[in-house]
Amino acid sequence: MSILEVKDLTVTFPGGVQAVRGVSYEVERGEVLGIVGESGSGKSVTSLAIMGLLQQNSVVSGSVKLHGQELIGMKEDELVKVRGKSISMIFQDPLSAFTPVYTIGDQIAEAVRIHQKVNKDKAAKRAVELLDLVGIPHPDVRAKAFPHEFSGGMRQRAMIAMAIANDPDLLICDEPTTALDVTIQAQVLEVLKTAQQETGAGIVMITHDLGVIAGMADRVLVMYAGKPVEQGSVDDIYYRPRMPYTMGLLASIPRIDGEEGALVPIEGNPPSPASLPPGCPFAPRCPMKVDMCDEQEPPLVPSGAGRHVACIRAQEIEHKGLTGADVFPVPVIPPSDVVRVPRAERPTVLELDSMIRHYPLMKGAVFKRRVGTVHAVDGISFDIAEGETLALVGESGCGKTTTLQQIMQLAPPQGGRVVVLGKDSSTMDAATRKALRKDLQIVFQDPMAALDPRMPVGDIIAEPLRAHGRKDVEARVAELLELVGLAPEYAERYPQQFSGGQRQRIGIARALALEPKLIVLDEPVSALDVSIQAGVINLLEELKNTLGLSYLFVAHDLAVVRHLADRVAVMYLGKIAEIGTVQSVYDHPAHPYTQALLSAIPLPDPELERNRKRILLEGDLPSPADPPSGCRFRTRCPKFARLSADEQRRCVDEEPSIARLASAVDHGAACHYAEEVEVITASDDQEEK
Amino acid sequence: MGKYLLRRLAINVILVVIASSLAYMLAATTMNPRAAYQGRQPPVPEAVIDKTLDAYNLNDKTPVLQRYATWATGVVTGDFGKTWNGASVNDELGRRMFVSLRLLILGTLLGFAIGVALGAYSAVKQYKFGDRLIGVGSFVLMAIPVFVLATLLAIATYNLNRGLGFTLIEYTGEYNPKLSGFDQFLNRLNHLILPTISLSIGGSGAAFYSRIQRNMMLDVLGQDFVRTAMAKGLRRRTALMKHALRTALIPSATYFAFSVGTVFTGAIFTEKIYNWHGMGAWLVDSINANDVNSVAAVTAFTAVCILFASLLSDLLVAALDPRVRVS
Amino acid sequence: MRSKVVLRRLFRNNQARYGFVALVALVLVAYVGPYIGKYDWTEKDFMAFLSAPSADHWWGTTSIGQDLYAVTLRGMQKSILIGLMVALISTGLAAIVGAFAGYFGGWVDRVLMWGVELLLVLPSFLLIAIISPRLKSGNWLWFVVLLAAFSWMITSRVVRSMTMSLREREYVQAALYMGIPRWKIIFRHIVPNMSSLLIIDATLNVSSAIIGEAALSFFGFGIQPPDVSLGTLIATGSDNATGYPWLFVFPAGLLVLLVLSVNLIGDGLRDALDPGSNS
Repeated sequence: MSILEVKDLTVTFPGGVQAVRGVSYEVERGEVLGIVGESGSGKSVTSLAIMGLLQQNSVVSGSVKLHGQELIGMKEDELVKVRGKSISMIFQDPLSAFTPVYTIGDQIAEAVRIHQKVNKDKAAKRAVELLDLVGIPHPDVRAKAFPHEFSGGMRQRAMIAMAIANDPDLLICDEPTTALDVTIQAQVLEVLKTAQQETGAGIVMITHDLGVIAGMADRVLVMYAGKPVEQGSVDDIYYRPRMPYTMGLLASIPRIDGEEGALVPIEGNPPSPASLPPGCPFAPRCPMKVDMCDEQEPPLVPSGAGRHVACIRAQEIEHKGLTGADVFPVPVIPPSDVVRVPRAERPTVLELDSMIRHYPLMKGAVFKRRVGTVHAVDGISFDIAEGETLALVGESGCGKTTTLQQIMQLAPPQGGRVVVLGKDSSTMDAATRKALRKDLQIVFQDPMAALDPRMPVGDIIAEPLRAHGRKDVEARVAELLELVGLAPEYAERYPQQFSGGQRQRIGIARALALEPKLIVLDEPVSALDVSIQAGVINLLEELKNTLGLSYLFVAHDLAVVRHLADRVAVMYLGKIAEIGTVQSVYDHPAHPYTQALLSAIPLPDPELERNRKRILLEGDLPSPADPPSGCRFRTRCPKFARLSADEQRRCVDEEPSIARLASAVDHGAACHYAEEVEVITASDDQEEK
Repeated sequence: MGKYLLRRLAINVILVVIASSLAYMLAATTMNPRAAYQGRQPPVPEAVIDKTLDAYNLNDKTPVLQRYATWATGVVTGDFGKTWNGASVNDELGRRMFVSLRLLILGTLLGFAIGVALGAYSAVKQYKFGDRLIGVGSFVLMAIPVFVLATLLAIATYNLNRGLGFTLIEYTGEYNPKLSGFDQFLNRLNHLILPTISLSIGGSGAAFYSRIQRNMMLDVLGQDFVRTAMAKGLRRRTALMKHALRTALIPSATYFAFSVGTVFTGAIFTEKIYNWHGMGAWLVDSINANDVNSVAAVTAFTAVCILFASLLSDLLVAALDPRVRVS
Repeated sequence: MRSKVVLRRLFRNNQARYGFVALVALVLVAYVGPYIGKYDWTEKDFMAFLSAPSADHWWGTTSIGQDLYAVTLRGMQKSILIGLMVALISTGLAAIVGAFAGYFGGWVDRVLMWGVELLLVLPSFLLIAIISPRLKSGNWLWFVVLLAAFSWMITSRVVRSMTMSLREREYVQAALYMGIPRWKIIFRHIVPNMSSLLIIDATLNVSSAIIGEAALSFFGFGIQPPDVSLGTLIATGSDNATGYPWLFVFPAGLLVLLVLSVNLIGDGLRDALDPGSNS
């Protein structure tokens, strides 16, 4: 019998906006149901409605039965006996989900004492046990720490500990790893699996990440515009999708095992729940749309073997065996002229030589004082040739953002050299610096924050033009808007009237305004939904090829990097661990950190995910204020653990520098015991080659 | 931490020195203590006036820098000099600050407690009748300046007492010196009623705290951790009291700590209108009496109190909020 | 576009609507009212000292026979004028000092914030009380300057900390990376993005300046005779409040109404400008 039975759940917010429009599903004991959808699809609202945690003025209808007991409309006195006892919830952002003024241990003990009759000491002891269970080192000490003293990964573990404190039958995880780095995500997902084994609970896993779902879920529910559009076993959804939206979604994700070339974007934007189109809400974006799609919204109907699809052409898709790549048009990106010249003969547009950037470490909000030095960037070197994209990848805290800021400031670095287009930043005068800014531009991560909300788009794009005294500003603005795929009339609108993807295009237009030679891309697509992401990546690729640009691409998503970059540098704690062409680094990583990083990325492929062996890293990133001696990675290095004591001594005493690997022209790793290993299971088409 | 506090103390000492020196110079150059002696009948001989003023270090014929030096030397040794008629400023200060303390402490405490309770209630019942009533009430109260409020209360009490034919509630002075023992204590309490009401409900009391507490509470109510507390199985009420209110209390508590730190500096209008001889009344009186040394002393004392109060509120934040504590 | 949205939200907000209507009415009373009244504020009716409100003297007369209606409206004009000017100056000062301190940081920040701290420690009441009666009488503009000089510090601290977070915004960095001078960035990107805070602050400063003026005038430290303001009228009125209540009630009532209406607008603006509020 199923633990949870949701039927025709709808949620209406004040003002009549329907955020959830009829969701039904069941969860069995020990089963993992994945709910996928982009932002605004109603997936999180659904789970809050089940828990009865929505704002009091929202209207919930339909039925939610837990062990046959109806939860909708239940009195608070009854509901509190269920919440935290039979159903627990894990939230996305573990920092804001813990009360900042109580210790982690107290908050877990509180959860224990609400539902179990135990005294304070016993509850505290149980809290420590739970923290131990989720793999927090020194749980007795850490239990007395406050939430802000935990790292993100540790907080999410503690959150899991709290959720399983009363052996729940059902765990609802709302984007549990979205705020975390990939290696930490891998750890937390592992903990989640342990927790499930420990409690035997059913799990509802809500996420936008199709890779995470592929590895975790037994069944998948795809949501679009507040409604499920497809439901079925994980293999069916991934290998035999029958709803064009699911097909497009799967085709649009960049994969670390994927080939080069254009990604398949889904045109348009998800509809706002306040103004849904008539008929199928996906119809305006669907390449398979026929006139009938506009007439009536297709219901979610069974289509055999426990599958449900909401599309009138599902049968046809099944018969013809169509995939996303067949249905959605694949854009053609013109090749670059520049790359025909060998790399060595092309001019260098950016060169970093042993660059150093340290910060004073300040502590306390009221009692501010210096307590140490953050070694944010500690001697990194790389260069970018004309027409090339170098990706700087690494997890948060590795120093990639600092590197980027140092380059953009065009100021003398604390150590080493920064040379932009042949000009050294430490010897340049103010006039040269200003002139150089024309050739060096930046695209920021958050398309909302990167555009001044009080300025119309035309003025935003015109700002660099006016700053450098260009004439004919209006004509150029119109030209730029067209170049990035927006209508010139948009110049009069304000940024908040655009969607995330469009805003990012505006940011790109601004960066292109002065016809730069080098553009720094700071996580340009990480804030965008998957279906939008593909379009922006393609645009960047196309602009690079047609305008002969060079990119420094800073990112944490290695799959996106694989698609866009020619070369990649992997950073760890202010140093470059491995650098080389994308092919050599991805296919034959030599540094243990790169190997762990690549193996931690979930693939949107259930089969591969099931058979994949992960290299899990221990613990968190050490503080950049106090980096380990010798090799900075040794404290977490799986290889270090296997070395003999003699060999280990070298890692502790001697800092490795980047050594060229013999097997490739452009590939080096900073490891004393570098050894190429294949960690991404080769996908089918690669095996054929 | 110790080093930080020392540095902060040093900065504060400098600030106090500058503030009180400025006040002294301003008072000494613009005020005319001689006026109090010149207009007397029978006229006092000029030489006698000079001698008296010299004795009090108030003679405008002495160069101002020299007077300042004398005054500063005194202050360093802990002597604030003489008032315009020769009394000790130190004694006056010592007496008056406790008058202000007795007047203010009750009103300050009550204002905070009532305000926080109403504000939290208001936030939880947002847009309901109770919230609107509290909102309108605090708006009206905040628009009434304290001198209007105090006067209105005094008029009302005057009419009440007249109607009753006896004095139910006292509206002037601190106590009746004719009474003694427990009777005097009761009499003191009676004299406190009006000032306490006007201090605790007005724009710097409950009305003010209820507004900021409501805003803070609303900020916190939308946050994830309140939802987490409910997801654990806490009732909404308990989650609000234990998790939301505790966190939202931090800002109002800092304001409160600040105002507790300044209770010694007095309340100018309340003291003047209800006729208490505290620090606030002294400030006005000494300006009107051209009492240079008293003005400087009040300034120095107020500066010390303000800096002490801001330190107190910082310490309280650190105590209440683990996020700002130095580990 | 945005200003349209804000205006619409503002007028949907009951508080702000009542406040606005009340304020317009009060300003009309202050500036049009004197033409309707029978007496000029400088006139003295030697036939009526301290007479109660009547058909002839609508709000009664003062102890020297002035028509209270005329005098009070005259005082209200002055109070409104002082409130507006003080608010304008002090908010402007707060914005500039706070934005420069926050954006430049380093020694600029330290010097400016040290000045702020010093001004906060100085007892403003005392300084204004000493200086203002000694200014040439009738020159109330100096009094405005004094009042403004002591009422911008707290806001400038708020502006400073907002600037420090705005400085890290990507669009501000973007402007810097385009090669736009820093002072221009402050006026083009930072100050406009704090406009909601500044508008609210300016509104609330109007009411606190009106109260501040009245408070100082209450002790004779503000507006000097023969000029009148609500504060001076309340001061004389409160001395005789038990015997001749109209002397106190009319000016005090108008002061409260004035402050209340301005506060209502300020609070309504806060709701209208804050996209997170759902009223």
